[in-house]
Amino acid sequence: MRAKRFIPLVAFAVLAGLLFRGLSIDPTELPAARLGQPFPDFAQPELNSGRQISVSALSELPALVNVWATWCYSCRVEHPYLLALAEQGVPIYGLNYKDEPVKAREWLAQLGDPYQLNVVDKEGSVGLDLGVYGAPETYVVDAAGHIAHRHVGVLDEAVFQRDFIRWFPAAASPVVAVGSEGEQ
Amino acid sequence: MKIALRVLIRAAICGQLWLAPVVLAVIETYEFSSPDLELRYHQLSQELRCPKCQNQNIADSNAPIARDLRVVLYEQLEQGATDDEILAFMVARYGEFVRYRPGVDRNTVLLWAAPGLLLMLGAVGLLFHFRQRPSARSTDLTEAEQAEITRLLGEPRD
Repeated sequence: MRAKRFIPLVAFAVLAGLLFRGLSIDPTELPAARLGQPFPDFAQPELNSGRQISVSALSELPALVNVWATWCYSCRVEHPYLLALAEQGVPIYGLNYKDEPVKAREWLAQLGDPYQLNVVDKEGSVGLDLGVYGAPETYVVDAAGHIAHRHVGVLDEAVFQRDFIRWFPAAASPVVAVGSEGEQ
Repeated sequence: MKIALRVLIRAAICGQLWLAPVVLAVIETYEFSSPDLELRYHQLSQELRCPKCQNQNIADSNAPIARDLRVVLYEQLEQGATDDEILAFMVARYGEFVRYRPGVDRNTVLLWAAPGLLLMLGAVGLLFHFRQRPSARSTDLTEAEQAEITRLLGEPRD
């Protein structure tokens, strides 16, 4: 019955371990429900040309799909890094989420345009089908057109090297340092 | 005239008090085609969790995404979708997370089993507790120990 006196200690250790693990879990990061599924189809105008596009417009794969809006401050932080990625040859498609197309075009004219094209999602319906719950969010669409990864929040060098690089091995060469200046 | 005014004011105050619990939820106007749909709308909007502000349901949350989900909920109800279809639609997009009563799967089985497991743990603990008590108490003192106690108690305090 000697072992009995260690029960509180063991219970404490287990609890402490669980709580310590909890410290490094971000509860706002939700598992993406759409992982492994084809990118949902849509019929929306393109931001610059105004022509109607569908999911087949995402032609250069694997690619990033970046959910952004002019009202989203973190998107401004993230923008220089997207420009740097585009320069590396990573195809980026934009989903202009619940935004004013006029403001969005101004933004791209001022800050530069890293996007192959932009899906105008003024009502947020494409975002809803994707399971978007805020901007910025960045998805990886793999070569087969399936959603392979989702990142919620600002995409920066550290995140890209950790979670994204395996779909874009060509971008492994040093990414321009300017990209990480917005890191918080 | 004065009395009428007083009654009116009192009625207004009472009216507001009566409204108070209702105002806790976000105010929006939807025209439901039947009271049954409205009832289901309230039930479902309280059971669906806002993905952005995670400790609120979509009925209480002011987040844009919660508003969007309420609109979807309203539209689907009016289109005749069943509760299960609506929940499946939400889960397909936002995962089981979006339900306050998630289905049982690999991720949630512990969540569902936890109350039962804790209860069993408690029962086992109690069982052990009551089993061992009497034996611990029944250790009688030897005569030498009893004498020692008497001596100690008899010692003058300083």
